[in-house]
Amino acid sequence: MHLEGRNIGFRYNKSDWILRNFNISLKEGEVIGLIGPSGCGKTTLGRILAGYEIPQEGKVTLDNIPLPTTGIHPVQLINQHPEKAVNPRWKMKKVLDEVKELDEDILIALGIEKEWLNRWPNELSGGELQRFCVARALSVHTKFIIADEMTTMLDAITQAQIWNSVQEIAKKRNMGILVISHEHNLLKRLCCRVIDLSI
Amino acid sequence: MLSIQKCNEKTIRMNNRAVNNDAKSSNTDRKTVDNSTTPLLNVHDLSVSFTQYTRGLNQKELKVITNLNVSINHGEILAIVGSSGSGKSLLAHAILGILPANVIISGNMDYKGVSLIPKIQAELRGKEIALIPQSVNFLDPLMKVGKQVRSSVNNGNATKIQRNIFQRYNLEDKVDHMYPFQLSGGMTRRILVSTAIANEAQLIIADEPTPGLDTGIVNETIRTFRELADKGCGIMLITHDIETALKIADRIAVFYAGTTVEIAPVEDFSGNGNNLRHPYSKALWKALPHNDFRPIMGHQPPPNRLPKGCLFAPRCDKATVECHDILPKASSLRGGMVRCIHAS
Repeated sequence: MHLEGRNIGFRYNKSDWILRNFNISLKEGEVIGLIGPSGCGKTTLGRILAGYEIPQEGKVTLDNIPLPTTGIHPVQLINQHPEKAVNPRWKMKKVLDEVKELDEDILIALGIEKEWLNRWPNELSGGELQRFCVARALSVHTKFIIADEMTTMLDAITQAQIWNSVQEIAKKRNMGILVISHEHNLLKRLCCRVIDLSI
Repeated sequence: MLSIQKCNEKTIRMNNRAVNNDAKSSNTDRKTVDNSTTPLLNVHDLSVSFTQYTRGLNQKELKVITNLNVSINHGEILAIVGSSGSGKSLLAHAILGILPANVIISGNMDYKGVSLIPKIQAELRGKEIALIPQSVNFLDPLMKVGKQVRSSVNNGNATKIQRNIFQRYNLEDKVDHMYPFQLSGGMTRRILVSTAIANEAQLIIADEPTPGLDTGIVNETIRTFRELADKGCGIMLITHDIETALKIADRIAVFYAGTTVEIAPVEDFSGNGNNLRHPYSKALWKALPHNDFRPIMGHQPPPNRLPKGCLFAPRCDKATVECHDILPKASSLRGGMVRCIHAS
């Protein structure tokens, strides 16, 4: 599997170009970091690769085929704020039921306790909620993960817990990960190479 | 609602009376203590509980902060580090007196040796004590941000002060005339910090001022805090990000499940963490990406499922039978504080 963005150009409405002639390639099993000042287009790039935005120029391909527009997307995005990414009126069980084919082992690997499934999102802490967002992204069809500041809002122990599980699952399934973060130390620990958008 | 609030005031007043009595007995000590050695803020044995309706008219109490102690001196930056849900923001709101009405507070809080009763809190907040709130929703959505910052200037030329601060944070002239919804996340954070700097407060409580900001702006914010502290300000930096805390704080208070488990000088957070006093602080230190990146198992207990004894005991590898029975008292150890019976 090979996720590739070629000559990507993107702008919101008629504002200045955020990305222009940008190339990125991510292979299966590869972990790449993305760093840069705020407002330089990191999140936008993540959204383009995960199919939430369509670039005005260039294209995103998976094994040289354009990304699918229907069905479960093979590139899954995980956001910084889990409380904004789940439906506040759904219990956690329903949030997970959205993913049809979910491996039971993933819940165990991520440390999700059975009892949490019957709670509302506002009854869980940020770290607990983020585990659900990660689990939800890991259906059997997922080939790549975009972790956009996935653990920025979490304490060091929870951050290490979540990343250790994600690394393990990614290794087992040979998934590729794009890690978007401001933290050099985290990127140094996780990634084989880091793209700096400010250069 | 009102009656509950009155009740709260009463409990606080009663506590104050108790403190006054103590003060009288140690009056001679007090006189010898001059202003520079009294801590700017001293929080002693603070507990905060919410009353919730369960079913019908039945109420239950939910304890969210348990016997918490912290103090801040003039010119000091104290970082409060803990995971989400450990009661960090609630402490900030308790100091400012902006908790909702269904809250019962016990223990005492002194600002410059004076008890923080609701009336005094109302006088001080926004003037001597300023809050940099956590959520960007705290800005007025219908007021231009330049005006919001100017309105918090207490002394001097508001326009000039506001412009200077904005310049420092790379906020262009046109930003003055923007509304909060037109700003990016990073810009909004800078505006929130600006409001606190503009009013020249003595005590600044910064609730998560840096997440999601890039290194340049984080460093600029940190520099500003250091300068303010060097001028004699006390700063309470509330964060879950221990690395930011390490860059700037003089002392670090580690929070877990609504109480302080350890207060340590910043130098103790180094090497393999052997100078730290509490097992939780050690675990936190070892979980950092540039250390072992190895987490301990389990989760912080929610307020309605707090263990009976030491709050950390269920996850602690040093826990013994006593740990599960009694909440350890705070004791001083090697120039810091720890709440663990096995600490040495």
